[in-house]
Amino acid sequence: MTLHPMIAALRRHKAGVVLIALQIALTLAIVCNAVFIIGQRIQRVNRPTGLDESNLFLVSQQWVGAPSGDDPASVDKLDSMQQADLAALRSLPDVASVAPINSLPLLNSSWNGSVALQPGKDLRAGNARTTYYFSDEQVLSTLGLHLVAGRAFTAADVQHQAMHDQRGPSIVIMTKALADKLFPKGDALGKVIYLNGDAAPTTIVGLVERMQVPGVGSWTNSFTWNATLAPTRLNANFSRYAIRAKPGRLAAAMHAATPALYATNPMRVLDDDSVKSFADIRAEAYRADVGMAILMGVVCLILLAVTAAGIVGLTSFWVGQRHRQIGVRRALGARKVDILHYFQMENLVIASVGAVIGLLLAIGLNLLLMKHFEMDRLPVIYVLTGIVVVLALGQGAVFVPARRASNVPPVTATRAV
Amino acid sequence: MFSYYLDLALRSLRRNKALTALMVVAIALGIGASMTTLTVLHVLSGDPLPEKSSKLFYPQIDPQDMDGYKPQDDPPAQVTWLDGIALLHAKRGDHQALMTGGAVPVQPAQSSIEPFFEDARYTTADFFPMFDVPLLFGRPWTSADDDSHARVVLISRKLNDKLFQGHDSTGQTLRMEDAAFRIIGVLDGWRPSPHFYDLNSGNYSEDEGVFVPLTTARELKFGRSGSMDCWGKGSGGEDDLEAASCVWLQFWVELDSPAKAAAYKEYLLHYSQEQKTLGRFQRPPNVRLPDLMGWLDYNKVVPGDVRLQAWLAFGFLLVCLVNTVGLMLAKFLRRSSELGVRRALGASKRAVFAQLLVEAGTIGLAGGIGGLLLAFVGLWLVRMQPSDYASLARLDLPMLLATFLLAIGASLLAGLLPAWRACQVTPALQLKSN
Repeated sequence: MTLHPMIAALRRHKAGVVLIALQIALTLAIVCNAVFIIGQRIQRVNRPTGLDESNLFLVSQQWVGAPSGDDPASVDKLDSMQQADLAALRSLPDVASVAPINSLPLLNSSWNGSVALQPGKDLRAGNARTTYYFSDEQVLSTLGLHLVAGRAFTAADVQHQAMHDQRGPSIVIMTKALADKLFPKGDALGKVIYLNGDAAPTTIVGLVERMQVPGVGSWTNSFTWNATLAPTRLNANFSRYAIRAKPGRLAAAMHAATPALYATNPMRVLDDDSVKSFADIRAEAYRADVGMAILMGVVCLILLAVTAAGIVGLTSFWVGQRHRQIGVRRALGARKVDILHYFQMENLVIASVGAVIGLLLAIGLNLLLMKHFEMDRLPVIYVLTGIVVVLALGQGAVFVPARRASNVPPVTATRAV
Repeated sequence: MFSYYLDLALRSLRRNKALTALMVVAIALGIGASMTTLTVLHVLSGDPLPEKSSKLFYPQIDPQDMDGYKPQDDPPAQVTWLDGIALLHAKRGDHQALMTGGAVPVQPAQSSIEPFFEDARYTTADFFPMFDVPLLFGRPWTSADDDSHARVVLISRKLNDKLFQGHDSTGQTLRMEDAAFRIIGVLDGWRPSPHFYDLNSGNYSEDEGVFVPLTTARELKFGRSGSMDCWGKGSGGEDDLEAASCVWLQFWVELDSPAKAAAYKEYLLHYSQEQKTLGRFQRPPNVRLPDLMGWLDYNKVVPGDVRLQAWLAFGFLLVCLVNTVGLMLAKFLRRSSELGVRRALGASKRAVFAQLLVEAGTIGLAGGIGGLLLAFVGLWLVRMQPSDYASLARLDLPMLLATFLLAIGASLLAGLLPAWRACQVTPALQLKSN
């Protein structure tokens, strides 16, 4: 089959051809970028935090009428209240371990700072950014973190201090990502670092494989895996406890936590949000991303459906219009399959032109989005896959009208329409 | 003539139901998606105080040390206690208020209600007249109350309903953090959106339930929340925040004329220079004085995802329209012979064009109604979302009208090319081929 007569025929339907090609081009451009956004969101949502997330939950509570000063007596009183809570929670039958902690990955409440190799250099001097987790000797087992080098904290390491006390810890455990950034040779263990521009040295005693920062916003992208663990109980008029339930006993442990705390000390506020499973924390953190991915997915599907319907509609019209010509061709010896192929080929030509324009539009749209939104460069594979999809879509859509065309009997040629 | 065209249009649309349905559904989907996202965008980028926003300003000065100084840097987004109090007491604006947010435990007198935490705003007397805060009962506190650390509180209507069943509670006592406060006023449902005066606590979050003088809140060490930035020897210790080199307060000023705004900026410059001479500021004076909407723009309060969704929806609408143009073209050209007869019987090109546009407009109207229904469904889905702006997503009258205009305008636009092409038929040729 030669293309020449087909293109000559298409010239007589310029408007329709341009419209189908344009629709395919726009669909391709939008769908490629939307699918790319979906892919990015899914990748973000699925990245592991480094924690063993099953059977883990968090209790946040606030005392009423607790000492509010930063003087030693108030801080000691707050610490003894926290210790009493820890003891009560640890004695629960369904609880495996408990660690006091200032935040958790994905919780969106963070304490961030910087780590330097020299004293007196803070973040503005261009050092590694990190988030801090303050906890005690049970933190690794409670969160299920993997220690890859060095040692865990012991009970003797653990200090306590007021929330706003700026003293840094003398030892820390940090993530491998942060350690490798500071010590690219991989010999971070036992090295001395300086936190937040302090003059006091801090020693790295252990490395964990992976631990995410609490923030999920784009502002944390530069230090997502840079976490530092300090063996410090923070004392304030509120506290958070990460609790690992015994396997399969999560619901029971969550249920028992609130009464146990009230029994220890009734002067506190615990509301609906105070006891939260890690699964809920994760769902909440990524809800917007998941919502956006679903929306984009639905829009893509509808777009493809609308485009397919448009092709069916316009091709049906052409088939109706060319009824007689088809009859003539059939009468002159063309087989059914020749007519079918003619319409399929015609669609392929139009769709290919649309795909080429769509390729350019997709790249242009991606550049526009990169300029105005936080978005990466669209990988070529997305566009190529998109082209295959729209060509297949065109072939699928054209099949029904094309088959109808191939069923036009040759006798039509002799009849007036 | 119009009713005749309408009749023709309806007959023609009825003749090919599948094609008509496809066009209507395509327009409805495009319109529904665009209006949903546009409404959310419209709600989120609205002016929280339309009557006053051009007179409200957010002064920014740079009190930081030279560590990490870059000349092109923006000044911090908040002020220190020392600067805030200095600007407040200078009284250079028509109104000015210093503030921060927090949460306090409320201990209700009734034993039936457990103690709970309520979001609080710690501010100064001018907050209420400056932001035109409507009061249901009572009055705001005065600057004398600020100076005397008075134990007075204004509560939101919602909290008043919860604790006092909506009765006038002025004069009653409210216990917070083990201290007794006298209620002197109740706000009448006030929720500026975005929550412009403090963008640290959720841009579209619900507003605070209790309003307490800043001085009193500091004296009683009420829980503070929001963002704090420190430098140099600044520490975050709650006890010495007043002296610390940390920015943690918001300062707003009302300036009733552009001349006053220019003078105020000059004053901020002088203030910075003076502080630099005193050695407290180290950087060259760097002042800004954005007005309310300028401040919201600078902080990009409208979430990027919402803008992205609006773009996506308009791309979607565009594809739906191109689709409709194609289908209408097919439909109108198929009727060439019928149109040829009309032309031969004396109808002008213009009349045929008008007839076809009526048909396109009918499709647009049907699509618009469908789109409106879809927009209602879409907004209902948005309201089901947990984001803090979800409850704001409602269609108002201007957006309702905009929906219809967009639908009919879009479909007329889509009908122009097909109608014009169909008008070009040569009557003789069409009659002959029949």
